[in-house]
Amino acid sequence: MLTTEERQRSPILKKLHIDGPLLIPLIVLSVLSLFVIYSAAGQDLEVVERQSIRIGLSFVVLFVVAQIPPRALSRFAVPAFCGGVLLLVAVLVFGEMGKGAQRWLDIGPLTIQPSEIMKLAMPLMLAWYMNQHPIPPSIYRLFGALVLVIIPTLLIARQPDLGTSLLVACAGLFVIFLAGLSWKLVTAAAIAAAAFTPVLWFYLMHDYQRQRVLTFLNPERDPLGSGYHIIQSKIAIGSGGIDGKGWLQGTQSQLEFLPERHTDFIFSVFSEEFGLTGVILLLALYGFIILRGLIIALQTQDIFCKLLAGSLTLTFFVYVFVNIGMVSGLLPVVGVPLPLISYGGTSMVTLMAGFGMLMSIATHHRLVMKNG
Amino acid sequence: MRHRTHIRDHDSEAAVFGRRVLVAMVIVVAAFIALASNMYHLQVSEHKELQTRSNDNRIKLLPLAPNRGLIYDRNGVLLAENTPIYSLDVTPEEIDNLEQTLSQLQQLLNFPDSTIERFYRNLKNQRRFNNVPLLDELNEKQLAVFAAHQHKYPGISIEARLIRNYPHKELLTHAVGYVAKINPRDVESLRESGELPNYAASRTIGKLGIERYYEKDLHGEVGYQSVEVNNRGRAVRTLSIEAPKPGQDIVLELDLELQRKAAELLSERRGSIILMDATTGGILAMVSAPSYDPNWFVNGISVKQYQSLLNSTQSPLLNRVTQGAYPPASTIKPQIGLLGLEDGTIEEDTRIWDPGWFEIKGVDRRYRDWLAWGHGWVDVERAITESCDTFYYDLALKLGVDKISSFMTEFGFGERTGIDIHEEVSALMPSRGWKRARFGQPWYAGETLSVGIGQSYWTATPMQLAVATAMVANKGEHLIPRLLRGKIQDGVFEEALIAHREKLTLSDSSNWEIITRGMRNVNMSPKGTAHRAFKDAPYSSAGKTGTAQVRSLGQEEEYNAEDIAERYRDNAMYVGYAPADDPEVVVVVAIENSLGGGGSVAAPVAREILDVWHARFNNGNKQQEKTNADN
Repeated sequence: MLTTEERQRSPILKKLHIDGPLLIPLIVLSVLSLFVIYSAAGQDLEVVERQSIRIGLSFVVLFVVAQIPPRALSRFAVPAFCGGVLLLVAVLVFGEMGKGAQRWLDIGPLTIQPSEIMKLAMPLMLAWYMNQHPIPPSIYRLFGALVLVIIPTLLIARQPDLGTSLLVACAGLFVIFLAGLSWKLVTAAAIAAAAFTPVLWFYLMHDYQRQRVLTFLNPERDPLGSGYHIIQSKIAIGSGGIDGKGWLQGTQSQLEFLPERHTDFIFSVFSEEFGLTGVILLLALYGFIILRGLIIALQTQDIFCKLLAGSLTLTFFVYVFVNIGMVSGLLPVVGVPLPLISYGGTSMVTLMAGFGMLMSIATHHRLVMKNG
Repeated sequence: MRHRTHIRDHDSEAAVFGRRVLVAMVIVVAAFIALASNMYHLQVSEHKELQTRSNDNRIKLLPLAPNRGLIYDRNGVLLAENTPIYSLDVTPEEIDNLEQTLSQLQQLLNFPDSTIERFYRNLKNQRRFNNVPLLDELNEKQLAVFAAHQHKYPGISIEARLIRNYPHKELLTHAVGYVAKINPRDVESLRESGELPNYAASRTIGKLGIERYYEKDLHGEVGYQSVEVNNRGRAVRTLSIEAPKPGQDIVLELDLELQRKAAELLSERRGSIILMDATTGGILAMVSAPSYDPNWFVNGISVKQYQSLLNSTQSPLLNRVTQGAYPPASTIKPQIGLLGLEDGTIEEDTRIWDPGWFEIKGVDRRYRDWLAWGHGWVDVERAITESCDTFYYDLALKLGVDKISSFMTEFGFGERTGIDIHEEVSALMPSRGWKRARFGQPWYAGETLSVGIGQSYWTATPMQLAVATAMVANKGEHLIPRLLRGKIQDGVFEEALIAHREKLTLSDSSNWEIITRGMRNVNMSPKGTAHRAFKDAPYSSAGKTGTAQVRSLGQEEEYNAEDIAERYRDNAMYVGYAPADDPEVVVVVAIENSLGGGGSVAAPVAREILDVWHARFNNGNKQQEKTNADN
């Protein structure tokens, strides 16, 4: 039941193409992120300032993207995907010329991270591709879809950026899954993945990636070396207890025992200072966002919109799950930030653009119906 | 496949999607439950353990070394003190360009390349995040120069700590001893005694003399500072401090001036001097020469330096006072005479004729007296005064070695005196049983004669001689010598107790008088062997000279000090006490391989040191008390 007030306000938000239930947790998390970053960065106001600017910018991007109707979005799919793949190839080529990991392209004053473009281009492309024919897809279309997923995933994994390639692959695979991939094939794929593991281990993974997996399996095997991060992280989380040590009181983070405090391991800082109570609240916020995203996907009528919304939402879920899972020792450490909380610009903008798309879908679907 | 199909069943497609979203939701919920339960596991089930580990991370217990107790002489003069030294420490993690910084410091402070090499060696062995010392001891100039430039060198700091210093250098080494770095053997024995935790912050431990004997009192108790540290081990703030308890100060019986005089008297000679309070056993002076500077050991002695001490023919490391085992020679004639009287073998007026030699019936060998033409008729008193050997050959033969041995054991020969330093030997009081056990040979009568004049296998330390002489002076009172006068605990002086062994009681106590008369005459009668040395002394005294053969001479060989190798020259000995009637001080002088005997070499040394003693302790009694009050 809507209250009178909401009834009056809803149309205004709708005209602005803003989804209220999605916007509120996003704002809450963004504000919370500033507090956690302040603590994690050793109470450096400059860091907080920079992050506030990024958050502001991200919300602008969200707002702008939300204005683009889904139909227009679907027209972006092919050029964005093709452009993204080309840029990824360019990164690899220039990367070979430089040395070590290369994730950026410097074009004059502009820095582009093609893998971030791919985070959005992949679900767009796959949703567009799947929507060309009725779902569930035929086996041939499925094969085509897999090729579309694998190419950018491998290109990103080669950079090497395991975390992003995982997220990009998930974005594509979720579209395929939501489009009604038969369970037989899901099972077959699982078996194939298991068979692929040794290949991945021996031929595709870098040494440091193998180290991460070994460390994940037993962090105590090298407590001062590669196991150090995960051990310190678990100590931070566990020592927080139920109520936490209090904001700015986390000894593990304030005394710098935690690695990557304001980026990948920011969840440990949060858990140490706010305890299980804070963690449950945080999980509830994330859960609410995911729930809202899936409801948008269910409510929208267009299949392209459904697939896109579903994939964006589930990718967001993977973000949350992988990050929290890795810092609490459930998953190996892959470089995935905690969405909306971790310090860092590009991924925040990408994320918010994704939510912009969700809002566009949520607020444009009647129009689509009319046109469709 | 060609163009969009227009016959799409929207509802069925939406249904396919809807079912998949439901599956996804189940997966999402399951994943969130997994995350939450893992968090519950960490934050509730394992909370206690992880909290402990978190505290272990951040809280470091830094041990604080207690200040070592000081050592004073009887007048409050410092003999061992703690002085601050400044070291230059490097925190490698805080320095961007280590090599460049080190070369800049080298120019600034002017130290050799070897210092840098040593630094890199230490750096390799050091645990992470620990300071690594670059320079152990900054001199004043370096300290001032660095202080002025300190702001340019983050990660380089001056650390102050106290180290032991012995201001009087080699003067007191054998008494006071020294501390040195704790080595693995010390760690082992500290662990066994359960004292190791108390040494958590200590760098040195007493290795010799008083420093070693009273280590427990001097060391004090370790304190702890609990600090919060960051991941680099740097202390961020102090949480609590349990202050270390400083060690007790120790006051010795030594009188620095007497000690200095005694050392002067022995300069260039090998030997020892003891001055002992005859009423308490307190050691007023004890010098073993040559000596060495104990400060070399405090900060680690170089191998070369140590080898030179160890291999020196002068044996400076030997504490001659308690470890020098010399034939006591004639210095023990009073005690043997006493045994003869006590045993009834001789009476006060028993006399023998000394032609200058002695013969055992049936043995074709003459045992010579030091006086070739003989002393004529001698009784026991005169035999002491003139140090007649023949009288003692006769007496010893009548007594037999075992009687002598067991009686001398009551005077402490063949046993440690129990003085409060660990560097002591028991020397040797021979007996038949001992010889059989040691060599599997019978005892020969000729050896008994030698024992009668303090030769043969018999050896004694100067400290044993001091104790045995004090027993004669005190008519049987057996004092245990000690360096300790008292300890200062929390500002309160606690006097050490006088320690005794069982008193020697004679069946006829007047026998003491006969013997002490003889000893008094040694110094005070014109015929006494030390008469020349003690002529016109402003105090009465008693004593006994001794000249110990280091090498036995052939039957017809004449001893001529100038002709034989320095190593084989006689040892000059003197024991005595003053004043003669009411003994206050015991003196022992032992000089190795001297050019003269006890009367001509050792006795004059004793006279000189007693003169100083007399000036400081008797005439100056009041002044003495005044100095004490000032302290």
